[in-house]
Amino acid sequence: MYAQMIKTARSGVKSREEMSEQEREFQDKVDNNIKIEPQDWMPDDYRATLIRQMGQHAHSEVVGQLPEGNWITRAPTLERKAILLAKVQDEAGHGLYLYSAAETLGETRDELVNLLHEGKMKYSSIFNYPTLNWADIGAVGWLVDGAAIVNQVALQRTSYGPYSRAMIRICKEESFHARQGYDAIRVLAQGSPEQKKMAQDALNRLWFPALMMFGPSDSESVHSEQSMAWKIKVKSNDELRQQFVDQTIPQIEYLGLDLPDPNIKWNEERGHYDFSEPNWPEFFDVIKGNGPCNVDRMEKRVAAWEDGTWVRDGLLAHARKKAAQKIAAE
Amino acid sequence: MKNEWPLWEVFIRGQHGLNHRHVGSLHAPDAEMAIKNARDVYTRRNEGVSIWVVEARHIAASAPGDKGPLFDPSESKIYRHPTFYDIPEEVGHM
Repeated sequence: MYAQMIKTARSGVKSREEMSEQEREFQDKVDNNIKIEPQDWMPDDYRATLIRQMGQHAHSEVVGQLPEGNWITRAPTLERKAILLAKVQDEAGHGLYLYSAAETLGETRDELVNLLHEGKMKYSSIFNYPTLNWADIGAVGWLVDGAAIVNQVALQRTSYGPYSRAMIRICKEESFHARQGYDAIRVLAQGSPEQKKMAQDALNRLWFPALMMFGPSDSESVHSEQSMAWKIKVKSNDELRQQFVDQTIPQIEYLGLDLPDPNIKWNEERGHYDFSEPNWPEFFDVIKGNGPCNVDRMEKRVAAWEDGTWVRDGLLAHARKKAAQKIAAE
Repeated sequence: MKNEWPLWEVFIRGQHGLNHRHVGSLHAPDAEMAIKNARDVYTRRNEGVSIWVVEARHIAASAPGDKGPLFDPSESKIYRHPTFYDIPEEVGHM
């Protein structure tokens, strides 16, 4: 998931009796799967939760360009390089769709970006891990975008209309990315022993960070109850994580790679794979800003913003001058 | 003056589309850049053949609360939905 640890402002879900008439009308719409649109009334906490979640999701798309962008100049073939360029371009577009959707809630994009740069908003924990070799790029497409799809397909049914529509658009492109990534890893896994080793190493390092993308386990995720009642979230963290594991293990087996976790085992009774939990203290540490690349990622984003100020201002000054000339000519 | 680029709404007519459809929005300093960015973001995979952009502040929208007064009356005016006329069979399909 590209948005993690989103806290709804209050804990505990209001009962119908505690709700005002407006709140009851709102809840009825949500319960009847009528999408909430920008001009509709909504509880302040619903609005605030969505601004945080969609803003964080948008930030993740933007920051997520850095780990992959790291390998653009070093991609091993021209074909893979062109694919990677197209993919990073898509991520920029996804950021744009999501910022646009978030803006319908009354916060501007520049304000959201500013909050990110001040450390007051987060982005997905996954992008704080480094891309150490070419195989990581394949693994990011396959596992990270794969995990994102599982989450985003569920979010297509989220209750806020603009968010739901952004997810539908994004999922189409994400599924290209996951297939491209899997194809890149497959070529390595079926290549020379050195290439296979690279693929295995990338899988081993990115497996648990990918599982962490779904957020803490349901018992720890105390704030999701309200998000579920408002249908911002449609499935729980653990449900989505299980779905991802179940669909990914056959893909690993097909590649002939070793499973990245000795506890992965088919559980006949549950009809699901059992697997180890990620290292949660590590997760919380990364979220707090102490992961391997947190500092570097933010430094790069802030520098791009600050160093680009004169370009943005110049374009705006030019646009204003042109507009003034046009009015004068009329 | 705040130095934020204004918001533009983007409308695209698809390859075989009859009319322009709203596809999303973006920030750009002027209309020309808005069209260029819309081309890159919204039509990269053959989605369209024509783009309109309009600054969001120029759009006026109906209020959700007006849904009743604006749209309900047509339901009671059955003469606006004349699907009930008997056409003599001899006349054939009409």
